[in-house]
This record gives sequence, structure tokens and C-alpha cells, in this order.
Amino acid sequence: MNRLLSLCITALAGLLLLYGVEEFPRWGDPLQPASAHVSPRYIEQTIPETGVPNAVTSVLADYRGYDTMFETSVIFTAGVAVMMLLRRSRGKKS
Amino acid sequence: MVRNLDDLIIRTCARLMVPFLQIYSLYVYVHGHTSPGGGFQGGCIMAASFILLAVAYDIGEAKRRFSERLNAIFCCLGVFIYVGTGAVALIFSANFLDYSAWQHIIPVGPIMARYYGIAMIELGVEITVMAVMVSIFLDLVTAGEQEAVLERDHD
Repeated sequence: MNRLLSLCITALAGLLLLYGVEEFPRWGDPLQPASAHVSPRYIEQTIPETGVPNAVTSVLADYRGYDTMFETSVIFTAGVAVMMLLRRSRGKKS
Repeated sequence: MVRNLDDLIIRTCARLMVPFLQIYSLYVYVHGHTSPGGGFQGGCIMAASFILLAVAYDIGEAKRRFSERLNAIFCCLGVFIYVGTGAVALIFSANFLDYSAWQHIIPVGPIMARYYGIAMIELGVEITVMAVMVSIFLDLVTAGEQEAVLERDHD
């Protein structure tokens, strides 16, 4: 009974999500809101402004420099966290 | 846990592959400007070369080639290069991370200054990713070994 109920809830939620997807812009539509805001400027101005032929790199490292800076900081923090968690036992042993 | 296994074929293959992996890593980093790639991917490949060495030989070999002290320095150095590249712009009264301010230091125009600024921060990302990946791998592997050794001693 409980399983049947969960199945019904899952199916209902899935149908609800599918209904929501209907409202999405079509795949690859150039006029969808996500493509119409800043993307055309990046695509047109990447080479005149940065000289980098790869728009992904110029967005990653130049236009979204803060984002990548903190990504690097997160990786650094992860390394330090692993060091702190795992090297404690070594210090206790010696 | 990585054991010290005595296999000539594996060791020779690993030793031959390491320089090519490192050159390929630098290729991926340099070609991040024109093709898919960049600091994150290049750093992971560079770390893979050290991890391959550690797996094919043993942990001691990897640590001899890339000591813990150097590793910790590289971890910080990458972030420092990134933030420093951005902070230099502040000296020339530009915004933080505005690489076009580098035109006052390197003799190129503002557009090429941004080009080389991107290359510099990608270098910082590559160094940090490489050092952190090796550091996490060595930490996980040696901690497991130590626990096994402790357990054996306990028994």
C-alpha cells in the first residue's frame, strides 16, 4: 500500500514536471531569454575585446574572472581540508 | 592501497608515458585559447602523470619527484598567481581582474594584454589543480596504508 502510494506520488510529480517543461523555450532557439541577454555580446566582442578565438575561455577567465578565481580557491580549500582531516593521525602516531 | 609491485613492463610503460603526459598537459593548457582545454584540464592531466608514477612505482618514488613541501608551495602559488594577476590591475587604477591594465607592464596593446592575462591566470589554475590533485591522492593513499599498518601491528 505504502509502495503504491509512493509510486502514485512519483508519477504525479513526473507528470507535473513534464507539464512544466512544455513552457520551456525550444532547444537551440536563438531568441530564448538565456541566449538573448549577454550571449550575443560575448560572441560578437570576444575577439575584438580579448583576442581569444575561444569564447568559452574568454568568458571563463575574463568576463567571469571572479567565478573562476573562487573555483580555484575552492579546489585549494578542498586540498587543505583533506590535509587537515587525514594528516591528524600521522601526527598522533609520531 | 598502492603496493610496491615489481613488474618491469608496467614500470617501463609508466616511465615512458610520463613525459608525454606532461607535454600533453602543457599542450592542453596552451591551446585553451583556441580549442577546448585550459588550466583545469591541463592540471588534471599533469597530476595524472604523477599519480601514474605513484601507482606504477610506489609512493616514495612520487614523493621523491614531487616532495610534500614543494606540493604545498605549489598549492598556494597557483592561487597567488591568479589573485596577483588580478590585483596588479588595482595598482594602475583599473578594476580587479581587469587584465588590460597589464599593458603598462608588458609592451603590448590592451587587447593582447587581456590575452596574456588570461594565459597567466590559466597558469595559476593549472598549478593549483595539479598540486591539489596530487596532494589529495597521496593523502588518501598513505592514510589507508597507515591504517593497515596500524591494524597489522595491533593484531
